[in-house]
Amino acid sequence: MTEILIGKAASFEDGGRRIVFHGDVEIGVFRWEGKFYAYENLCVHQGGPACEGLIMHQVEDVLAPDRTFIRQTFSESDVHFVCPWHGYEYRLTTGECVGDRRLKLRRYDVVERGGEVFIIAE
Amino acid sequence: MELPLSNHRRMSVDEFDTRITLSHAAKQARERGYANFPIIDVDSHHFESESFAEIVKYVEDPVIRQLLEASTIAGYRGVGALPASLGYQDYGGRIMREPLRRLERTEPKPHRDITLTRRWMDSIGIDIAILFPTPMLHLGLHPQVEIEVALSHAYNRWLVEHVLAQEPRIRTMLYLPFNDPAATYRMVKEFAGRPGAVGFMVTSNRYRPVHHNDYMKTYALLEESNLPIAFHGAYNWNDQSMLMVNRFISAHALGFVWYNLVHLTNWVINGLGERFPKLKVLWIESGLAWLPFIMQRLDNEYMMRTADAPALKRLPSDYIRDMYFTNQPMEKTGDMALLETTFRVIKAETQLLYSSDYPHWDFDLPSVIYDLPFLNETQKRAILGGNALRVFGMEPPKRKLAVRD
Repeated sequence: MTEILIGKAASFEDGGRRIVFHGDVEIGVFRWEGKFYAYENLCVHQGGPACEGLIMHQVEDVLAPDRTFIRQTFSESDVHFVCPWHGYEYRLTTGECVGDRRLKLRRYDVVERGGEVFIIAE
Repeated sequence: MELPLSNHRRMSVDEFDTRITLSHAAKQARERGYANFPIIDVDSHHFESESFAEIVKYVEDPVIRQLLEASTIAGYRGVGALPASLGYQDYGGRIMREPLRRLERTEPKPHRDITLTRRWMDSIGIDIAILFPTPMLHLGLHPQVEIEVALSHAYNRWLVEHVLAQEPRIRTMLYLPFNDPAATYRMVKEFAGRPGAVGFMVTSNRYRPVHHNDYMKTYALLEESNLPIAFHGAYNWNDQSMLMVNRFISAHALGFVWYNLVHLTNWVINGLGERFPKLKVLWIESGLAWLPFIMQRLDNEYMMRTADAPALKRLPSDYIRDMYFTNQPMEKTGDMALLETTFRVIKAETQLLYSSDYPHWDFDLPSVIYDLPFLNETQKRAILGGNALRVFGMEPPKRKLAVRD
């Protein structure tokens, strides 16, 4: 078990992300709504840098009670990051692939201690 | 550059470099030993519209040249020289290399397209790339046939004389102005054998039947010249049928297969395989799943209606198996057994040619072939490079990539 120091929590902008290296492994660390999340920066599709893409909310279809289509909108809460190679989307808070929840990025625990942020790696 | 995000957020990006965005591809190349065998990319692209001012100088017709020159005035958007390619290939900016490409820095020489192409080729592990245009993939939809003829001729001259002449690792199959059969023939006559031109390409999204008698002498010339003809798929959201679909994914998924389905069907049923048995015919960027479909459809109906296709001496699928195909965008998310069956029925070991389609949004790395569990090393190497060397009569690349030395 290895703790990787990412930096001071206060230096980490909410909505921001950093890519850190642990040996050959790249890890994307996100801060979103005050919490930290970390995933391997390796898309399940073709190995792209999944954590380096845009952070986008889920697009949703809005239907009327009679099931007719009204419009589309962005979710207020379901946020994704998008692999910049091909567009595979991942839920920022879980690492699940949006198109197929059976597929997930490797997740790392993140701890805050004494105002500093650490990733727990093997 | 400010990229628009969801819910009124924005993201600021200051720089972009192809070699950095493809660093994971370079790692794949090292891990899989791509240095040990040639990899030929049979379908890749540049954005020729960014060099439009250079290309227009090669237009010979003075009136058309003046019209097109007017469209190159910086910041002036009043002129539409190319048919509109309605769509959202960049997935709302999520495919970041598309909007960020303009931030990538290159030296004044060689040509920017050469520098950018070398960067992704070296990162991915490509020895030789066959390069095609991007916006001009829609030029076959231009209502003015003379514009297609003039602009494609200018593009072909510019590409061969100004770009390919500087970099032998980059080749092309030259654009044929297929809406004008006589100009199509003249194009083959003029450019056959020019360095860098390894064949000719028809953009599939158009409304000319490939079996029309007007094309026979072009096919004969290509056959005599031992130069392949390729049909490059593309979508057209303005097609009467596609006007019924409301999302880009639908127009793209159907469109890139639709025109090639029509052209291939005409090619087979009209017996062009019998008339031009030595002509190499290549189908690009329709993926692979359409092939078992059309093989089964045509064989089944042919057995009940042989009089509709009297030129055939074999089953339709037998003619299809004589053709060549590129993989991208290979359907990888489904049942692996289906993909394995597809490889078997199209004789992928000899007929399938690797293509990346880089830098477009649905590109395939060589690993989509190399990592397939049902191929042995010999089959992988044939698909990734050996088949293309044979089909195009290319010499195996002597110079290994700089990153491999």
